[in-house]
Amino acid sequence: MKVLVPVKRVIDYNVKVRVKADGSGVDLANVKMSMNPFDEIAVEEAIRLKEKGIATEIVVVSIGVKQAQETLRTALAMGADRAILIEAAADVHTDIEPLAVAKLLAGVVKEEGPGLVLCGKQAIDNDMNATGQMLSALLGWSQATFASELAVSGDAATVTREVDGGLQTITVKMPAIVTVDLRLNEPRYASLPNIMKAKAKPLATKTPADYGVDVAPRLSVVKTVEPAGRKAGVKVSSIEELIAKLKDEAGVI
Amino acid sequence: MQFGLTEEQQMIVETTRSFVENELYPHEMEVERTGHLRMDLIKQVQAKAMQAGLYAANMPAEVGGAGLDTLSWLLYEKELGKANYALHWTCVARPSNILLAGTEEQRQKYLYPCIRGEKWDCLAMTEPGAGSDLRGMKASARQDGDDWVLNGTKHFISHADLADFAICFMASGEEDTPRGRKKLITAFFVDKGTPGFTVRDGYRNVSHRGYTNAILEFDNCRLPKSQILGEVHKGFEVANAWLGATRLQVAATCLGRAERALAHAVQYAAERQQFGQAIGKFQGISFKLADMAMELKAAELLTWEAAWKFDQGTVTEADMSMAKLKATEVLAFIADEAIQIHGGMGLMDDLPLERIWRDARVERIWEGTSEIQRHIISRQMLRAFGA
Ligand SMILES: Cc1cc2nc3c(=O)[nH]c(=O)nc-3n(C[C@H](O)[C@H](O)[C@H](O)COP(=O)(O)OP(=O)(O)OC[C@H]3O[C@@H](n4cnc5c(N)ncnc54)[C@H](O)[C@@H]3O)c2cc1C
Ligand SMILES: Cc1cc2nc3c(=O)[nH]c(=O)nc-3n(C[C@H](O)[C@H](O)[C@H](O)COP(=O)(O)OP(=O)(O)OC[C@H]3O[C@@H](n4cnc5c(N)ncnc54)[C@H](O)[C@@H]3O)c2cc1C
Repeated sequence: MKVLVPVKRVIDYNVKVRVKADGSGVDLANVKMSMNPFDEIAVEEAIRLKEKGIATEIVVVSIGVKQAQETLRTALAMGADRAILIEAAADVHTDIEPLAVAKLLAGVVKEEGPGLVLCGKQAIDNDMNATGQMLSALLGWSQATFASELAVSGDAATVTREVDGGLQTITVKMPAIVTVDLRLNEPRYASLPNIMKAKAKPLATKTPADYGVDVAPRLSVVKTVEPAGRKAGVKVSSIEELIAKLKDEAGVI
Repeated sequence: MQFGLTEEQQMIVETTRSFVENELYPHEMEVERTGHLRMDLIKQVQAKAMQAGLYAANMPAEVGGAGLDTLSWLLYEKELGKANYALHWTCVARPSNILLAGTEEQRQKYLYPCIRGEKWDCLAMTEPGAGSDLRGMKASARQDGDDWVLNGTKHFISHADLADFAICFMASGEEDTPRGRKKLITAFFVDKGTPGFTVRDGYRNVSHRGYTNAILEFDNCRLPKSQILGEVHKGFEVANAWLGATRLQVAATCLGRAERALAHAVQYAAERQQFGQAIGKFQGISFKLADMAMELKAAELLTWEAAWKFDQGTVTEADMSMAKLKATEVLAFIADEAIQIHGGMGLMDDLPLERIWRDARVERIWEGTSEIQRHIISRQMLRAFGA
């Protein structure tokens, strides 16, 4: 079974995010970018499926600017076999919307014929949490979101989902889209010898036109603001005062 | 000239950096405070380093290393160098390049086990009476039939307590040269447990806690000639051919610690408030930061340039000496200023600064003192005029 893993290049989770002066978005010029952490988990899961003999080939695909090639190389260095870059933007500040991404991925699925698509549950930059679900709708495939455990056998996958208040285990028919959550696994390091070998792995470059998809934005960003700074705390002199404040001011007890 | 890093080099930095931050930093405090690196901890971290392909990554791919070019290797060294030395040197070992000079039989016995993490090596040149002037060594090797008999003392030998064998340089004869009589040197593999070979505890030292040094004693230690590394009397030739880049390795590890100290200093200067504002707003502090960043960059450029030339085959002794000299001195400067910027807090072992400052001290002494590096640099300049 071939496994397709979409990976997104996003602002590194360690970077202190700064809003652009004109409020049009987050400043990404000369900022460290990395693979979306949830996508790293998806790549890791695909590699584990391959190690178990369930997956035969792992194809990673990224949609965005040319530099997303670096993200693909990281996935190849982790253990993916082949990469596809769909160059859909020239400016690092252009974010391709989930529906366009899902349409492009549907095109890749038709071309590649994977038995499973493993995606991150969301990208940490815009937190849309929509691509996997939209892809499932476009393809008419089953979906299992927020996976914290995955077992594939034959034409079904058993997925434990992290839902509010607990875990839910479901079985879905293959082929399927599974979106992965934080606790599914701990991604491996791209090992040094594999980094050196990654260059020799194939990386194909495509454009949205190859799939007949229009990536023009449908949404418009009204404004982007920094989260409000934390206000200074107050000191209370007794437990009674603390309880009174929690009751009357905060209203939490 | 090309100054950018390739995609592979960026990934090497990322993998090594996240390994160092996630797998080595959490154990630093223990090693610093106890001065000891537990064997079970070594084994645990070593296993992870192997999985990440970081262990012995300095080695060529044919023998199980990562097959890195010199700049990539040094980028890896720089990241490793940020952590406590004992931790990175032992748990993410880089076996000495000189092991590549061995015969296939010697490689089987020494090189491959080191790469597989089953053995550790150490290198013994220095003696109580012979430091910078290694040719003046007294420890000797005398041929006796097919065997060689070793006598004498080596000291300051790093991690010889942990090592399974030592590569020992011994005076094996003398020859007349235009510049007077010179000692001939031969290199030997000496296994722990060989009769007549003793490893004693060395001195306690201010730098690199947990990273020990030992005294080696040879008392009629008899070795078959198969233990000779390279050719008889050609010990320094082997060393020169295989150990040239260790100066760059020292430079790179120093750059890593300097970068770590500077990062602390910048953050502290931006956050610490005195007299109603961040101390970084005072020129007395901000100018320090500017100088630290500039010196670090200068040292880095010297090192990366030497690395690049190393692969082109155009590197000179002076290039490598300049890199080592500058990086070790810049580290000392940055560590000291970073502490100054932190005020009293810089001296406390809650932060890694006091140890980076202590650790900086040895770097100007080992692998050739700063004076010897200056000697090498100026010698090359003066030789052109026949001086
Ligand atoms: C912690 C530690 C670990 C070490 N590990 C090892 C190891 O694993 N293996 C190994 O073989 N060695 C090791 N060494 C030894 C190290 O390489 C030597 O300390 C170094 O070469 C200097 O020699 P020395 O200490 O004998 O000083 P000396 O050579 O006695 O130097 C004393 C001073 O004289 C100066 N000097 C000497 N000659 C000249 C000159 N011609 N011109 C101007 N100034 C000069 C020096 O620069 C220095 O300032 C280690 C040392 C330390 C401190
Ligand atoms: C071992 C030790 C023992 C001590 N014992 C005592 C004790 O017994 N009693 C006691 O009261 N204190 C004690 N101290 C505290 C000591 O006096 C302070 O550490 C010292 O005054 C510096 O203050 P600080 O550490 O808060 O650094 P900070 O004042 O925060 O200074 C941080 C940095 O900012 C710089 N800086 C600050 N203001 C300016 C400015 N306007 N312009 C330019 N640069 C500026 C400083 O020079 C320094 O480089 C001790 C400290 C140590 C380390």
